[in-house]
Amino acid sequence: MRIAVASGKGGTGKTTIAVSLALSAPGNVQLLDCDVEEPNAGIFLAQRDIEECPITVPVPVIDEAKCVACGSCALFCEFNAIVHIGTTVMVFPELCHSCGGCALVCPQKAIHEEPSAIGTLTTSDVLRDGLSPLDFYQGLLTIGKAMSPPVIRAVKERAIKDRTAKDRAESFTIIDAPPGTSCPMGTAVTGADYVILVTEPTPFGLHDLDLAVKTVRKMGIPFGVIINRSDSGDNRVVDYCEGESIRILMQIPEDRRIARGYSEGKPLVVSAPEYRKKFTALAELLVGEHQ
Amino acid sequence: MKIAISSSGPTLEDTIDLRFGRAAMFIVYDLDHETFTAVDNEQNLNAAQGAGIQAAQHVVNSGALAIITGHTGPKAFKVLEAAKIPVYLAEGGSVREAIAAFRNGSLKAISEADVEGHWV
Repeated sequence: MRIAVASGKGGTGKTTIAVSLALSAPGNVQLLDCDVEEPNAGIFLAQRDIEECPITVPVPVIDEAKCVACGSCALFCEFNAIVHIGTTVMVFPELCHSCGGCALVCPQKAIHEEPSAIGTLTTSDVLRDGLSPLDFYQGLLTIGKAMSPPVIRAVKERAIKDRTAKDRAESFTIIDAPPGTSCPMGTAVTGADYVILVTEPTPFGLHDLDLAVKTVRKMGIPFGVIINRSDSGDNRVVDYCEGESIRILMQIPEDRRIARGYSEGKPLVVSAPEYRKKFTALAELLVGEHQ
Repeated sequence: MKIAISSSGPTLEDTIDLRFGRAAMFIVYDLDHETFTAVDNEQNLNAAQGAGIQAAQHVVNSGALAIITGHTGPKAFKVLEAAKIPVYLAEGGSVREAIAAFRNGSLKAISEADVEGHWV
């Protein structure tokens, strides 16, 4: 079962929830940090056997010997990544969306694609108390690169490849999504069986929760809400969820132990161990409904 | 010789559009015949990315041999440089005033982009 943890608003506790769920869910568990512009789930985890590999996207390279400067590629490119001036064709790889169309339309077969590194995939194992080790995956977008969705897709594809079809049905893949409701969030959440939306009971939390709710409804994915720091604001998120018939999966009140643990880089289920069984129960509830 | 000027409107009395890639229009002015045409840049005004590159391509296609604008980013500059089209910067005023300034030699060509590139 694939569970994405998203929020709309940043800083609500997505990573805290995703890590806690990953450390508590039964069976084989993968945790994917798809917040590739600022991946930080790994800070909570004691990682072993860390391996890194580059994430690349294909970008066009023009063979000047074959190119007749007809301009077909520049005309085709929706993203203005190729420009045609007189007898010259210039490529701006940083604008390329790697659709491959330029190579297809080139009548001279003068364009081939070469990999261009845009990020790093890190994989590791994390020991779990009384449970099988957690498989952790992290994507990191290289500074200066603009497009995070290909990095997010690479993390998800690697995690899928590491599981057999049978494994996938019986195990958990937990996706820590980036904040917001645009392409990076959508890419992270796509393919999930369930979305947990993490929010806080403030005007800001509710405003962005509403955007996230509309997004996952449009995507047609079942979802529920976790209210973090649930006693810090007012009742507006609870009222909203009741009005919208949205299930509240868990409420986590302010707790000095959790705040202190967070400041030391400790997962919630370590600094407040009574939550471990709540997250185990949540995982079992969701997988039970899924099957 | 033709020159192009980024313009906020279709006449010589309109003010220069200080943006290059997302200029409202380009006035392509023929210095020898003192005639001009206005080229719409609306498509680039709304482009998600690469507006400067496309605008530069429009300028090249217009046959202009120089461009007067307010600011130029690195990608647009690279395209204009490849096409050997010098970029002259103006700080404001009407298109007519910019043409006069170009004629009397008071505008200076830049040798590199004067603003950072951006994505949106």
